[in-house]
Amino acid sequence: MNQEELTAIVDAYPAKMEYALAMLQDMQHRFGCVPREGITAAASRLSCPESHLYSMVTFYKALSLTPKGKHIIKVCNGTACHIRKSIDLAEDICETLSIRPGGTTADGFFSLELVNCVGACALAPVMLIDNTYYGNLTRKKLKKILASYLEEKP
Amino acid sequence: MKKEILVCCGPGCAAGGSFKLAENLKAAVKACAAEADIVCQVESTGCSGMCEMGPIVRIMPDDIMYYRVKPKDADEIVEKTILKEELIERLLLKHDDGTVAVHQNDNPFYAKQTKVVLRNTGIINPKKIDAYISRGGYEALKKALSMTPDGIISEVERSGLRGRGGAGFPTGKKWRSAASFNGEPKYVVCNGDEGDPGAFMDGALLNGDPHSIIEGMVICALAVGAERGYLYIRDEYTLALNSMTHALKAAEERGFIGENILGTGKKCVLSIVRGGGAFVCGESTALMKSIEGEVGEPRAKYIHSVEQGLWGKPTVLNNVETFANIPVIIRDGGDAFAKTGTAGNTGTKVFSLVGKLRHTGLAEVPLGITLRELICDIGGGMQEGRKLKAVQTGGPSGGCLPASLTNLPVDFDTLQKYGSMMGSGGLIVMDDRTCMVEFARYYIQFLCGESCGKCTPCREGLRHMRDILTNICSGRGREGDIELLEEIGEMMQDCSLCALGKTAPNPVLSAIRYFRDEFEEHIKHYHCPAGMCPELTAFKINREKCVGCRRCAEVCPTGVISGTGNEPHFIDIRACVGCGRCRDVCPKEALETIPVSLWSRRMMKGSRGYLRSVKTPEEDE
Repeated sequence: MNQEELTAIVDAYPAKMEYALAMLQDMQHRFGCVPREGITAAASRLSCPESHLYSMVTFYKALSLTPKGKHIIKVCNGTACHIRKSIDLAEDICETLSIRPGGTTADGFFSLELVNCVGACALAPVMLIDNTYYGNLTRKKLKKILASYLEEKP
Repeated sequence: MKKEILVCCGPGCAAGGSFKLAENLKAAVKACAAEADIVCQVESTGCSGMCEMGPIVRIMPDDIMYYRVKPKDADEIVEKTILKEELIERLLLKHDDGTVAVHQNDNPFYAKQTKVVLRNTGIINPKKIDAYISRGGYEALKKALSMTPDGIISEVERSGLRGRGGAGFPTGKKWRSAASFNGEPKYVVCNGDEGDPGAFMDGALLNGDPHSIIEGMVICALAVGAERGYLYIRDEYTLALNSMTHALKAAEERGFIGENILGTGKKCVLSIVRGGGAFVCGESTALMKSIEGEVGEPRAKYIHSVEQGLWGKPTVLNNVETFANIPVIIRDGGDAFAKTGTAGNTGTKVFSLVGKLRHTGLAEVPLGITLRELICDIGGGMQEGRKLKAVQTGGPSGGCLPASLTNLPVDFDTLQKYGSMMGSGGLIVMDDRTCMVEFARYYIQFLCGESCGKCTPCREGLRHMRDILTNICSGRGREGDIELLEEIGEMMQDCSLCALGKTAPNPVLSAIRYFRDEFEEHIKHYHCPAGMCPELTAFKINREKCVGCRRCAEVCPTGVISGTGNEPHFIDIRACVGCGRCRDVCPKEALETIPVSLWSRRMMKGSRGYLRSVKTPEEDE
């Protein structure tokens, strides 16, 4: 991450409190987390205490303080997926990649998140890797999908 | 001859590869454009509803509908259906009696629907404003510009439209009171923070027909005298955000929104705010806090938002679906709108039908239709061999209704009377393999993570409810737990600050109301009748019913089912992990759940820890 990019994100919006969330989201998208320097930069742009932004980062689920992996796996645990046993799939992923929900693999390749409804309930159980949907999952399909991602790993 | 190929690119179909399919179709059409005198256009549309059968392709004007189309089918479709007008039988929907459905309305899923809100979704390309205009779009706005604000509000009042976000507050009344307060500037806010697990109507609408929402918001702004509006959309809805950003730009270029609406000098500036992924932000006051750039915590509503909302100014906040209804009301008149539905519950409602149904997806029906019609006629009934046990409506704020109540009409008032609510339109159908205790626990667990923690009843009440339910599910339930749950629930309903906390106990209270015996089975007999709670599940093969087909033995991941062909089988309970696969495949319902006595619990203890080392059985695709 470099200072220039941070400044670009922060300066893209007018210096009004209502754009705080948008700034933080842009950082999250760009860097995979909201870095400490980012909070400092945004706070000085918005002339607000850093603690205020810190409270936002910890409140909203879309924002995180620690970096996420290269590929983010979102296993949907919305109601429709839950009753079609999405938890079993999550457990499989945990086991295969040895991570816990909310965690990142040691090599920073995968992050696993359990999310509430991705809006594709009719295809339950669903997971998203980055922005690709995988619907009607079975354990066998899951294995194949993970393998295809692991192949590109150096 | 002009033809159009509509490819559904909603999230469901997109997961099935519809983007690739649209590309392939475009290439195929281009390749044969020279040799035929057919002008063919490929359009990507929003969600066409029957997500489970996606990707869906519809060919207009012949109205041929193909289901489960793969990207590699593109050439064949163009070659046969477009050029030679032949049907491709394998892509058509097959009825149970072997006949096929060619047109959209031959499919019972669509035939029973009344499309008002979804009038354009799945038919137009949301990225093309002209497609919306050609179907009567922005006519209502032109009409509204010639009306007085009072005239617009009266029209909405006459329509009887009630807020589609869940509470069902009359929209006209809300607008009238917002218009009556002084305060500059006023705001219009569209709530697209659809966080209900199991609901995706708003996302589909934002993605599939963004202009109808924009039009509704501008009309609202004209009626209440607002000049600024916000669309609060979940950050997770990438497709919807994309489509809406595009639509706002197009609408501004045409002068439908902006500093000078269609040259009348009226002003309405709309912008998008991306939500941060907090369920509580669907609550109106929390949502406004979030727009202001704060932590999304709700406030007490002694003073309504219509008087002091966003930045302390009069604010009208409506749901996505409410706004999408407005253009129809203004264009055709409130009285015409009120003809659909029942008295007091006019119009239609979009439901997301999910769960163990045969056909899942998005369906719009007139209010007052019975649950049974929704489930059996539109949803096609239960999946094969499944028995309807309960229907959950309203997401985490709603409750579940038992199969015996499926004759109830679906509207705001009836469902509330029976301890559930219509909510924003999630409808989840459950079968006998769903444990109601575990299901209630699931919702409470979800809400526990989403409670903002500002008020004590919600924050603490939810945690304690979760602990008690987890205990019951794992065989540590005690006598009196049910009464305690009821007491906590009632306290939360009375004392919580916002609607999240007030409605949070509904899933538990309604489950206790209709499935009390299931709770008691868990507590008194260590028995989960649905076979879902691992600690309380043990299976036994009924030797009288078992025909020895060996299907259960084949799927058993631990190989604990023994027996030779044509002889009743036997399960070694000591190593059984209680996964229930055997029960799912048994054709004779011979697998029964039995109470897990202390004795057998000791026997199973330890072996249950082997769960992680169980080999994965090979499944059929």
